[in-house]
Formats: sequence, C-alpha cells, structure tokens
Amino acid sequence: MSNIIKIKKGLDINLEGKAEKVIIDIPKSVNYAVKPTDFEGLTPKLLVKPGDKVKAGTSLFFDKYKPEIMFTSPVSGVVAEIIRGERRRILEVVVKADDEIDYQVFKKANPNTLSLEEIKENILKSGFWPTIRQRPFAIIANPKDTPDAIYISGFDSAPLAPDYEFILKDQLNDFQTGIDALKKMTNGKVNLSLHIKKNNSGLLKNTKNVDFHEFSGPHPVGAIGVQINHIKPLNKGEVVWYINPFDVAKIGKLFNEGIFDASKIIALTGSEVQKAQYYNIIDGAEILSFVKDNIREGNLRFISGNVLTGEKLDKTNFLGYYDYQITVIPEGNQSEFLGWGTPGFGKFSMTRTFFSWLTPKKEFKLDSNLHGGLRPFVVTGELEKVFPMNIFPMQLLKAILIEDIDLMEQLGIYEVAEEEFALCEVVNTSKIEIQKIVRKGINIMIKEFS
Amino acid sequence: MKALRNYLDKIKPNFEKGGKHEKWLSVFESFETFLYVLGDTAPKKGAHIRDAVDLKRVMSVVVIALIPTLLFGMWNVGDNYYQSIGQTDVNLWQSFGYGFIKVIPLVLVSYIAGLGTEFVFVYIKGHEIEEGFLVSGLLIPLIVPVDVPLWMLALATIFSVIFGKEVFGGTGMNVVNPALLTRAFLFFAYPAKMSGDTIWISELSKGEGIVDGFSGATPLANAAAGSLDKLPSTMDMFLGFMPGSIGETSALAILIGAAILLFTGVGSWKIMLSVFIGGITMGLLLNLFATDTNPYMALPWYHHLLLGGFAFGAVFMATDPVTAAQTEKGKWIYGFLIGFIAILVRVLNPAYPEGMMMAILLLNVFSPLIDHYVIQGNIKKRLKRAKAL
Repeated sequence: MSNIIKIKKGLDINLEGKAEKVIIDIPKSVNYAVKPTDFEGLTPKLLVKPGDKVKAGTSLFFDKYKPEIMFTSPVSGVVAEIIRGERRRILEVVVKADDEIDYQVFKKANPNTLSLEEIKENILKSGFWPTIRQRPFAIIANPKDTPDAIYISGFDSAPLAPDYEFILKDQLNDFQTGIDALKKMTNGKVNLSLHIKKNNSGLLKNTKNVDFHEFSGPHPVGAIGVQINHIKPLNKGEVVWYINPFDVAKIGKLFNEGIFDASKIIALTGSEVQKAQYYNIIDGAEILSFVKDNIREGNLRFISGNVLTGEKLDKTNFLGYYDYQITVIPEGNQSEFLGWGTPGFGKFSMTRTFFSWLTPKKEFKLDSNLHGGLRPFVVTGELEKVFPMNIFPMQLLKAILIEDIDLMEQLGIYEVAEEEFALCEVVNTSKIEIQKIVRKGINIMIKEFS
Repeated sequence: MKALRNYLDKIKPNFEKGGKHEKWLSVFESFETFLYVLGDTAPKKGAHIRDAVDLKRVMSVVVIALIPTLLFGMWNVGDNYYQSIGQTDVNLWQSFGYGFIKVIPLVLVSYIAGLGTEFVFVYIKGHEIEEGFLVSGLLIPLIVPVDVPLWMLALATIFSVIFGKEVFGGTGMNVVNPALLTRAFLFFAYPAKMSGDTIWISELSKGEGIVDGFSGATPLANAAAGSLDKLPSTMDMFLGFMPGSIGETSALAILIGAAILLFTGVGSWKIMLSVFIGGITMGLLLNLFATDTNPYMALPWYHHLLLGGFAFGAVFMATDPVTAAQTEKGKWIYGFLIGFIAILVRVLNPAYPEGMMMAILLLNVFSPLIDHYVIQGNIKKRLKRAKAL
C-alpha cells in the first residue's frame, strides 16, 4: 500500500446517537418514491402515469438532455402518484409496492467478457447509472465521457456516518464484479480510498483491480473532492467519476444476477433515536416505515443523510437516493435568553469561546438552531481550519457571490462541491449559507459550458 | 424571562410588514437579538448543526480581553495624577477611584456616540445592528489620552463610524480600523490635545498644584528627545507604570488579553507574532546603525515592544480580521510590516513620537494588495499544475 495521506485540517464532531452494529430487517413500506430533486440539475421526462404497472427496474423517467440515463422503480407495483411542486416541477414519483417484488430482467454476464458499450448499456437501462457521479460539478456522470479515473471512498467520515465495511461485509463478491465493470469504463485507474482508523476490518483490502490510497485524519477526509485533491488534483477540462462503494456492489449484483436490486442497508442515527442501528431497506422507502416506535418525543428534525449535507424531510417523506443514513436531531426553534453571553458548558464550538472546551470528549446533543443572525464575512481563518485543500475557501465563495466566472475557475471551483464546504458552513461565525453559494457557483459554471 | 419573551412576541407584529412601526423593524430586531439568540433553524438543505459561536460572542470575548487593560488604565490614570501633585500617601483604591471617574465618561461617550450613529444606519439600511462597534466602542477610550475633551471624542467617533465604516457598507466592509481612525482623526484635527508632554496625565495641562520639576512626558517622547536616561526601568515598562494612552501602558495587562484572544481562537496568533517579529527585526537593525548623534537607535529591541502603543496595537488593533490581511500567508506579511514600520517611524521620524497608529492604518490600506498577491500565487500554482500535464 502506498504512503498514508495525512489530512490535518478538519473537525470530527462527536455527536450522540452512533448506530450500533446490528442490522434489522423491516417489513416493506407501503409506498416507495424516486425523487428527481435528489439529482442536481436534472430535468426529468416522465415515462409512466398513475395506474401503470411497473417492475423493479422499469423506467419511470429519464433525463431530458441525456435521454439514455434512466431512473427506474425500486420495487414492483403500481404508480400511485406523481407529486408536483411549483410550476409543475416533478418532486416525487410514488410507486405503491406489491407484496412480492417482481424484477425486470437485465443482462447477466461477467463484465470482463463484455464490451464497454454493453456494460454501459446494461447500467443505463437498469437505472444504476445515476449512482455514478462526476467531478467537476458533482452531477450525474455523462455516459459519453471516458473519465480520467474513477474514485471510490471506502469510508465515510461525516458525523455518525455508517461503517461502510459493516454494510458491505456480505457483498464483497458483488463489489468486486462492480469494480471490474467500472474498470472497463476508464482509461485510468479505479482508486479506492481507505482510512487507517475507519477501515480496520481489512475487508476491502482484498479488492482486486483497484489502486489503494490510505488516508488519516478528521472529516472532511472522507469527502471525495478532498481525496481527489490529494491523490491527483483535478484540472480544467478533466473529468473523473465517483461512486459510493455500496452502489458498486449493486452494479456488481446487476452483472452477477441480472436484476435491479435496490435494497440497501442504512444507518438510523442521531440523539433523538431510541436505538440507533442499521436497517435493511429498499431505496426510496418511506422514512416512517423504519423510524416509527424508535424515536423520542418532541419537535424533531428528520434528515436524509448526515447532519452536514443532508436534507430535512418530513417523516412521511422518502429516503434520498444517495443517502445511507437517516439522522434525527431536535429542532432548535427555541430562542435562548442572552444565549450569546452564557458560559456555554454544553455548547459545541470549534473556538474555545464557550466553556465546553473543558469537556473535549463529550458527545454532543445538537439541535438545528443557527445560534446567531446572518452577517457579512467578518472572522477570517476559520474556514481554512476545516478545509484541507490548497484552495482559498473564502476567496472562492466571494468570487461566486460576485459571479466572476474567470476568478471562480482560477480559484478552483472544479475541485469542490457542497460536501467539501459543509464544515465551513458549520463553523462560520457569520451564519452564511455556504453550501448554497457553492452550488450556485457550480450551476453558473455548468451554464457557462452548456 | 418568560414574561419578557412573551412581551417581545406580543409587540413584534407592530414592527413587521404592515404593522404600525414597520420602519423600526431593524431597530427592534437589534434589541431582540441582543436579548435572545433567536429560534432560527438551519435551512432545509445544508449543514443542520451549527457552531454556537456568533459575532456577538466573538465580540464579547474581545471586550473581556480588553478589561485587564481598562482596569489597569484606570488605576494608572489615578496613580499618575497623584504623583503629579506630589501626593504619595494614596492607596490602590484611591488611585483606581480617581481613574474610574475620569475614564468612565470616555467609555460612555464613545459607546453612546458610536452606537447612536450605528442605530441611525440600522434604521436607514433596514438591517439588524452588526456587532463591530461593541469592540470599537471600548477600544476608542483606551487609545486616547485621559484629558481628551468629551465633545472631541464624540465627534471623532461619529466621524469614524460614518466615514470609516458605514459608507463602505458596515461591519465587515470597512477598509481601516474604525477605532484607529478615531484616533487618527483626533491626532490630525486637534494635535494640541493629542501630543505633547502635558496631555497624558489628568489635569496636568492646567498646571495647578503640580510638583516642581514633574514632567508628564511619555517615555517615547523622552526617547525621541534623546533623554534615554529618563526612561523607566524595564520592569516598570512591562507593568505599565508610565504615562500614555489609557489602555496602552501595561504590557502585562495586554498579555493577559492576548492570552484570552489566542486561547479562545478569536485573535490570529500569526498576526500577533509577526507584528512582534517585525518590531524586533527593525529594533535590531536600528541597533546595528546606532550612532552617537541618535542614541534612540540604540534602544534595546525589547524596550520598543514595551513602550507606546506597540503591544496594544499588535494584540487588539492589527488583529481586527476585517481590516487585516485575510489570507493566512498574507497575515504573516501584514503583521511583519506593521511591526517593522511602526518602529521605523517611531525612531526615525521626528514628527511622530509613535508609529504604531500610522503603521497599522497604512497596512490596513495595503492588506488587500498583500492578499491579491497571495491569491495570485495560488492561482499560478493551479495553472502550472494544469500545464504540467
């Protein structure tokens, strides 16, 4: 294995509610949904209408501008509803599930014996293509591209993140097949990153056909942009792809068994969960189907994903496409008398302005309160402390705010996405919505190139 | 406290859109957010947990860090006064009490004039108050001589809040440090009240009942005049037993403040350290070229750090994040040049006995340029990487 890449800047936020390593099988949820809003910049074109019968793997909609990219139903059943938002934008395609899942059949073959076209076609048709995303821009990969490399992070360093090795432990065979399929799609390397502390079972170390990279240090060490930046930084004009290891295994299963199996293991975490543990579910499941009976009383915030980058949902909503984690935390909508002036023994802060520095090991129970009002950038140097790349975060954000395309490019917009800036948003004294600004910048760049 | 919250909730609709005082919403919000950290929650998408720190917290830490210098300054004002009238049998509390009565009006005037001006802008801009002046308001009385007339202080404060800050867009947008701008305004508009040997000690300029032969000259004035023999001992310099602006004399009190700023992570250690390195470098350089005609140049470097506003400027003024360089590399250059130029002006320019104010203001203006070159360096690195392929 190569040298260890040491990440020094960053912050591990120690939260209450880490998932215990137990996997619970739960009864199927009534409805499942695929949400076009999970995919940045997607304009969906529907293929079904309410009442249509679908199988697991039947296409529900496709990308208007890249029509070969299909989005398929996770279960078999009947299309129950198309939920639309403002200006008839499609928010959710809801499928009412059958009791038994009926799978659509796709090509079953060893990817090593298939041509590149056959591999791509199989992944596209089955609906697994959207699991492959690209940098720059963190959007679904363009099937017409040949990436310079493919990156897979074998760990997640976000707060309360699921243990990837634990999730993958019974699917190593599918994982290897998936790797073989991905390897055919790039001229470069398939890079698999491991963390010296988080990947301690050694399960992924036996993977073949990949280049290993070992990392150490705090979050955002698991953010793919940080890993790419340290392995081989992305320059203008280059494209690389990345994918979650569990999705690699799903693609592997497609080639091994010829079915679109959308089941996945997710972690239910957070301080407001009674028993934090793992659940075996199917993609697009209603959150309520597995959080019911297992949450505490009170005004709660349900987050699909982790507390840094996830999306707030109602408990009747559906799990996000890319998420392997649900986090439940208290909603922080209570005002606090002279809150900025208290000693703050239990308050989380990267600074030592609160007396919580006396108890550095304590697990925090944090709510969603902003702890302050929006201000212009004032404090400097704080973003840099949690941004382990040779990019100036504040200057890049300001370039985005003034929409200076040249400057954004010069300051490294191609190398970043929301994920890398998430901690900056957490620690920012001025309470600026940094991830939103980053996405705005990326969208400006996408528009510029289209 | 519940009653207060309920009362605020009850009157709030009057200030919201359509209410009878809707124009006063921003003023109302300024008071509300002072009393309560609001129940605003993170947006739907993005980071759902946030650091408990906000601008109010950061600013209040700086205010706390300033308190040792304020308390020592009050005592020192009294102590200097009693020395000047030859009364030696006073205790600590008498000295402090005298200084307290002299200094508190300056603090009040600074806050009332400054915050009053800020609130006018809160009303005009319709934006909640920004906390910058919480610190500026205390910095201003600490960097002026004790005898400065109150109306002058008020005028200078109003000037600097308007022309130093609000015309640029408020906290976070200003080019130069508003507190230092206040001092610079006083210095150039009313030089008679800001320099000389008689202004540093309370009532000395009136000249009544002063002990024969008592001089109120600051050590820097003495040094500039070549009378190095009149300098206090190094220990007195460190502890602050000498005349000067109210908060600047005690290096010990300033060090306590620096420790608070550095430990909490509010102040930049890079800037503080590099200011001192810059000052030491210039001090040593001057030592090399010291001649008999200018004995000031031979002053040991550590005296430079302890005299005048050097330490105070390094810890509390140069570190203002808005007006300092904003890139990490830039902070080193910015700080070094402040220290370097401050000592240069102090020793070699006879018109200004102290160079710290000038050095910081100058570098405030130049910090965007420093940042520009640091950023260009980063850009060039990225371009080079792309071309290497």
